[in-house]
Amino acid sequence: MKDNSMVAIKQPIHKNGTSPKKEVKPAATVSDKDPWWKSYVPRIDGKLLLKKSLVSLASILVFLLAWHLGAAKLYDIEATEKVQKVLNEQGEVAAREMIDCISSGEVSCQPNTLPSPYQVFIAAENLLKDHREISSKKAEFRQKVAATNADRKAQGLSPITYTGRPSFLDQILTSIKTVLAGFLLSMFIAIPIGIITGLNQNLRMAFNWLIQIFKPVSPVVWLLLVFMIVKTVIRDPEMDKSFIISFISVGLCAMWATLVNTSVGVSSVQKDYINVAKVLQLNVGKKIFKVIIPSSIPLIFTGLRITVSVAWMVLIAIELLAQSPGLGSFVWEEFQNGANDSNAKIIVAMFVIGVIGFLLDRIMVFVQHSVSFDKARIA
Amino acid sequence: MTNIIAEFKGVHKGYGSGANRTEVLQDINLSIREGEFLAIVGFTGSGKTTLINLLTGLLQPDEGEVLFKGAPIKGPGHERGVIFQNYSLLPWLTVYQNVALAVDEVYPNWSKEERDQHIRKFVEMVNLSPALNKRPAELSGGMRQRVAVARALSMDPELLLMDEPLGALDALTRGNLQTEILKIWSANQRTALLITNDVDEGILMADRIIPLRPGPNATLGPEFIIDVERPRDKTQLNDHPEFKKVRNEVMSYLMDLGDASKLQQSKTYELPDLQPIMPGTRSFPFMKAG
Repeated sequence: MKDNSMVAIKQPIHKNGTSPKKEVKPAATVSDKDPWWKSYVPRIDGKLLLKKSLVSLASILVFLLAWHLGAAKLYDIEATEKVQKVLNEQGEVAAREMIDCISSGEVSCQPNTLPSPYQVFIAAENLLKDHREISSKKAEFRQKVAATNADRKAQGLSPITYTGRPSFLDQILTSIKTVLAGFLLSMFIAIPIGIITGLNQNLRMAFNWLIQIFKPVSPVVWLLLVFMIVKTVIRDPEMDKSFIISFISVGLCAMWATLVNTSVGVSSVQKDYINVAKVLQLNVGKKIFKVIIPSSIPLIFTGLRITVSVAWMVLIAIELLAQSPGLGSFVWEEFQNGANDSNAKIIVAMFVIGVIGFLLDRIMVFVQHSVSFDKARIA
Repeated sequence: MTNIIAEFKGVHKGYGSGANRTEVLQDINLSIREGEFLAIVGFTGSGKTTLINLLTGLLQPDEGEVLFKGAPIKGPGHERGVIFQNYSLLPWLTVYQNVALAVDEVYPNWSKEERDQHIRKFVEMVNLSPALNKRPAELSGGMRQRVAVARALSMDPELLLMDEPLGALDALTRGNLQTEILKIWSANQRTALLITNDVDEGILMADRIIPLRPGPNATLGPEFIIDVERPRDKTQLNDHPEFKKVRNEVMSYLMDLGDASKLQQSKTYELPDLQPIMPGTRSFPFMKAG
């Protein structure tokens, strides 16, 4: 057996084209020709794309149809009940009037139920129209007060700002701003603590109970806690307290995934890499920044990705309670409002929340992919 | 007689404690002479990696001492370069950066250009210049191991430790790299210690071969001097009488060891006395009832 292997090696290896330069070539030609961004853009396969888009289109249509039929059914039930109630309480004439009223599409007597896809579409259009109106009002206002504001600025006074109702798009922007602020906060808290606890087993044990206890705490409780503190700490009426409260609560709620993942990533660096650091006699700083942190980057970013989605999910609940202007309070206000298109607007907000959450996740995947050395581990 | 660069004196090493304790190395005595190429061959799991980790300073002996130039080894040092079994390249760094990590650490006082030249020189030495800016994931196994070789050599170590450096490679790449490492070694004549499980590799590369008797309680066997002139040509070595002789000696020594350890481990099991049941020889009560 041994002799056989020797015979195999005996053949002239060098002339057979395993020279190192040739080994490199195939990889080099691929990445040299393409621009740097090419690896981030998925290659488009026409047939697959068509198939995929047809399937998704079909599923969307089925979804809309089911929604439409379901909404119609609920509408029927609600309308019948309404008429029945009038019939019982006010008699036949009133009931007949009610039927006429409902079928005429009169706003005041519409049954309150799940809106149909068409109604939601109209509500979305109205929201956009509303936004255009409000922005033109704002521009007008700005023009009006431009001269006064310049004066006030010269005198050292704060400028007069528009205090009217925010439009739907303004509220989306506020929400995104809040979630980004909360995300940054959680990043700045969770990553350093995660690294420190990952490096030191005693600290990890010391922090562990805290993490385990606070991780499952509901966003509402965090909000109240933050409210108690912020209320006392910040006395300046000029500051936007509701924004501060909501972004801090979002940050505190969402940071746990990053904290735990960073800690695990740092504490489970491969033994080989640690040995390299030891053999090269890297000092502590270099060991942490050149070996430990880079090797835990994939896990840290997995944590950050979870943090973003948790932050976005929690934000809506927190805004709802903190009265911070945003999508959450929009939903709550519409629910309290009870206008005939309120339900449709809530559904519009739902879709907007979903789409933005999805986009945030995609952005995180992109960032994760571009900073991570370990491409295979990203789903 | 040349100087002795590193020395094991009555070294014992084990892992765990109490009932879980396994003694890996027992009473290891070994001298490595300056400028020589020493190979230690042994079965997998015989404690070869433990032996080399004692020299790198990643492990400390339980008993006895490991000396480098007369002083006990306290921890890792730049004068002892290591090529690990599994390359141990940092996957987020390019070939250049991986080598630079070592060079920056060993020569902090050099100017940037000097270090850059030094790094490029060693990458060129292992024929990887075209892959200078590639990451380990984009390289083949053989290329990765060559980066590890470049990294270890760029530190200009007085003693080069190789822990089964070619173990994970296919036979062809292996032969190729053996020749390359030998070429580099003979160019700067450093002391080298090769740990391997391949006797042919040991004979091809080393001046001396010492078998490690299988662990637990591994000890070193007798040394075999390989008196074959350098440079050795792998293709002609097979017919060399000295090569054949040493190879047979080492092989038969290792084979005997393997048989001996198998004999030691073999246990006799008492089997229950079973009687076969032939079809039709046994009747069942329920069948009778039917």
